[in-house]
Amino acid sequence: MAEYTLRINGTERKVNVAPDTPLLWVIRDTLELTGTKYGCGAGICGACTIHLDGEATRSCITKVSMVADKAITTIEGLSQNGANFVQPAWIAEDVSQCGYCQSGQIMQATAFLAKTPHPTEQEIIEAMNGNLCRCGTYHRIRRAVARAAASSGGAR
Amino acid sequence: MSPVTRRQFLVGGAAVGAGLVVAFYLPRKRETPGRQNDFAPNAYLHIAPDGKVTVVVARSEMGQGVRTALPMMLAEELDADWQNVAIQQAGASTLFGDQTTGGSASVRTTWDPMRQAGAAARAMLVAAAAKRWGVSAADCTTDKGFVIHSASNRRVGYGELVEDASKLPVPKEPKLKDPSQFKLIGKPTARLDTPSKANGTAEFGIDFRVAGMKYAFLSRCPVIGGKVASFDDSETRKVAGVTNVEKVGGSAVAVVGDSVFAALQGRKALKVAWDDGPNKLLNTDAVFEVLRKAGGDKGVSLQSAGDIGSAKGRRIAAEYELPMLAHAPMEPENTFAHFLGSSCEIWTPSQVPQDVRDSVAAAVGLKPQNVRVNLTLLGGGFGRRLEHDYAVEAALVSKAINAPVKVMWTREDDMRFSVYRPPSVHQVSAVINESGMPVAYTHRLISPSIAEQKGMPVDAGIDPDLKDEAAFLYPIPNLSNEYVSPPCAVPLGWLRSVYAMQVAFANESFLDELAHAAGTDALQYRLRLLAEDKEIQYFDTRWQTARLRGVLQLVAEKSGWDRPLPAGRFRGIAAHGCFGTYAAEVVEITIQDDEPRVERVVVAVDCGQVINPNILEQQLHSAVIFGLSAALRGQITIEHGQIQQVNFDSYPILRNNEVPVIEGYFVESREAPTGIGEPPVPPLAPALCNAIYAATEKRIRKLPILNG
Repeated sequence: MAEYTLRINGTERKVNVAPDTPLLWVIRDTLELTGTKYGCGAGICGACTIHLDGEATRSCITKVSMVADKAITTIEGLSQNGANFVQPAWIAEDVSQCGYCQSGQIMQATAFLAKTPHPTEQEIIEAMNGNLCRCGTYHRIRRAVARAAASSGGAR
Repeated sequence: MSPVTRRQFLVGGAAVGAGLVVAFYLPRKRETPGRQNDFAPNAYLHIAPDGKVTVVVARSEMGQGVRTALPMMLAEELDADWQNVAIQQAGASTLFGDQTTGGSASVRTTWDPMRQAGAAARAMLVAAAAKRWGVSAADCTTDKGFVIHSASNRRVGYGELVEDASKLPVPKEPKLKDPSQFKLIGKPTARLDTPSKANGTAEFGIDFRVAGMKYAFLSRCPVIGGKVASFDDSETRKVAGVTNVEKVGGSAVAVVGDSVFAALQGRKALKVAWDDGPNKLLNTDAVFEVLRKAGGDKGVSLQSAGDIGSAKGRRIAAEYELPMLAHAPMEPENTFAHFLGSSCEIWTPSQVPQDVRDSVAAAVGLKPQNVRVNLTLLGGGFGRRLEHDYAVEAALVSKAINAPVKVMWTREDDMRFSVYRPPSVHQVSAVINESGMPVAYTHRLISPSIAEQKGMPVDAGIDPDLKDEAAFLYPIPNLSNEYVSPPCAVPLGWLRSVYAMQVAFANESFLDELAHAAGTDALQYRLRLLAEDKEIQYFDTRWQTARLRGVLQLVAEKSGWDRPLPAGRFRGIAAHGCFGTYAAEVVEITIQDDEPRVERVVVAVDCGQVINPNILEQQLHSAVIFGLSAALRGQITIEHGQIQQVNFDSYPILRNNEVPVIEGYFVESREAPTGIGEPPVPPLAPALCNAIYAATEKRIRKLPILNG
C-alpha cells in the first residue's frame, strides 16, 4: 500500500492503495465516482475513459502510481465551471440506449474536440473508433460530436 | 428506490396518504385480503397532491427504452403533462404478473394494462372535478394534467383532485382513446433516462454500493462443466485486502476482498486443482458433429402443408450452419447481495427479477417473500440477463461470509463462463416448377433446445421459443418446417432474436438461391410468392402475407431497388417475421481488399402502432449493428473443452468506423403494437450474404463471413 494525493475534478484526494492498482478501481471504489465504467480491463473498449491533463486515457490500464502529478477529470467533473458543451449535445441527440459506455464516449469526444474544434466526419469517426458500444449508438454519437463542435463555435 | 408494492404505496412515501393510487385490471390474487382502502393490488400509477405523476415500470431497462415507452402509454390515456411524469422501477413483485423482460414483449404485454391504468385514473379525476363543479363529467375534457370545463371556463390540476378522486370507485372498463386522439403515442419523444446517462449518475448494477460492502470474484473451471477438486489459498491470503476465500457450490471458489483490486489479485493468486469432468476433449467440431449426426433423425413438425413427397419438378437443396455466439453486454455480470439470516436483499441488473427471487430463496434456504430483489439499470442485456447465475452466486457468497457483497465478473469471465447462442445446422430443400417457383419447401432446423437443456417445460418436443421465431411466411402448397433438437454439451442461452436469427438466415439465403436458379429478381421472387393475401396461423400468431409483402415493398421503395446501383456496389434483400413483427432489409456493399464492406442498410418494419419513433430508430440501428457484428465476425469456438474467446479482441464487435449508413422506416399502423427489439436482427445476415453473392457469385452458407 502507498499513499497518493490525486488531483481529481479540481480537488485533491488522498488515497492509500496498492501502487499497481488500476486508476479505474481507485476512481470507482476508493473515490466512489462510479460514472467511469469497467468494460474490458484491457484498454480495448473505452468504457473507462477519463482525462489525464486533458488527454483521453483508458483508466483500466493506467496504474495509480503513474498519475500522481497529473490532473484527472472524470465524467462527474466534466461540467465543473459549466464548460462542457458535449453533454448537452448528447442529450439533444438522445444518444444513449443502455448508457453504460456513454461516459467513456463523452470523455473521448470532449478531449478530441478540445484539440480538433472543427472536425470532419471522418475525423470524428476515427477519434471515436476506440470506444465500443454494444447497443449500436454509433450514428448518434457521430451526430452528437458534430453538434457539440457546431455549438461551441464561439466558446473557445 | 425499492420494490414497489401496494403496501409501500400506502405507507412508504410522504405524500402517498393524500395521493391517488390507481390500479387497473382485476386482481388475479388479492395480496392483502380485507384491506378496505385498496383499489386493487396492481398499482402502476401514483399522482401526488402537487400533481407529480409517477409511473411504475415493471420491466427492466436495458437500453430498449421501457422506462420511456411504458410511461408514455399510460400518460397518453391519463392526459398527463409529460414534463411532469417520473418513473419508479419495480423490483420483483407479485403484483405485476410475469416481469420477465424478453421476447420483445414489454410494449405488447403492457399496451392494454398501461393504457387502462391511465384511462381509469383520468375518468376518476374527471368525475371528481365534475362533482366539485356540479357539472356533467361528459362536459369535461382533459389536457396536460388538467380537467377542463370549457362552458364555464374552469380548469383544475390533477394534483388538486387526488383526494376527491381517491374516494371514487375505479372504473372496471375505462374507455380508451381512439388512436386518432393520441397526443403522445406515435410522437418522437426524448428518453427520460438520457440526462442521467450523459452525466455519470445513472446507476447500473456495478455502481450499487453500501458501506462495508465486500467485492468477490469467482474462480471457475476453464473446462465446461468442470468442478473444484481442491484449492490452495495460501498465496491468496497474503494479498492485502483479501478477507475470505469460499467454495461456492461444487464448481467455483470465491475470493472476497475489501476492494475490487484486492479480490482480483487474490483470485489471480489462487491455485485450484480442477476436476475437468467429461468435456475436456470437447471442441467445436465435436459440437457440430452431434448436430450432423442428428441430421437424419425424425423431427417434430412446426408447420406443414400439402405433401412434400408428392411434388414433381427439379429439386434444389442446401445446408447452412451457424456458430455459437456470446452476448457480451458492455456491463459484465454482477449482483449485490446481503444475506441477513431471515431475509436477503438483492440489487441486480436482471431481466428476470422474479427468477432471481425464487432461485436465491432456494439457494440460501429462505421463502421467496423474504428475498427482496431490486433492479438497477442494465448495461445491456441481449438475453444474457435472462440467466440469473450471477445473482445466485452473490447470495451464496453473502451467506457464506455473513456480509454484504458485490459479486463481479470480469470481461474474460463473461466471455468464457457464459451461456451461448445454440449452434445450428439447417437442411433446406425445394422442388421448383418450370417457371422456377417452389411447389415444395422443406426446412429442417437442427439445433439444441435451450429450454430442454435448462429443464424447462418443452411441449411435444418443441422449444417454446420456436413458436415466436420460426414461422415460414411464404405460402407454398407443400411445406414441411421441422425441428430436431440434439443434445449439446455447451451451456445455452437466449440471444437477441434467438432461433429467428438462425432460421431466417437459412430461409432467406435459400430463397435467394431459388430466385437465382429461376433467373428472377430476388424481390420479385418473394413478391410473387406473397401475391395472394393469406393468413398463416403459426402457433399463437396469425401472420398475414400482406404485411410481409408490405415491408418488402416499403424497403424496396426506400432503398431504390428498381434503380441501378453505382458501379462496384451490390445489394441483397431479406425479410422475416418474429415476435409478431415483420421486418425487411436491403443491404448494399462494396468489395474492398476481397472483403465485403457494408455501405448502406435500409430497414422497414411493421410492428403495429409505434409508441415512440425516436426509440424505434434506436432499436433499428441497434438491431442492424448487432446483426452485423454477428454476421461478420461473431463466433464462439471451443478447444479442449474451453471457450477460446476471452475479450473484445478475440470476440470483436462492430466499431464506429465499420457501421454503414442505416435508414429505418416503419409502416404507419393502428394495429396493436408488437415487438421491436429483436425482429430487425434476423434479416441482416441473409440480406448481407445475398449481396455478397450478387457481388462475387460466392454463396455463404456458414457464418461468420470473415473467418479469422
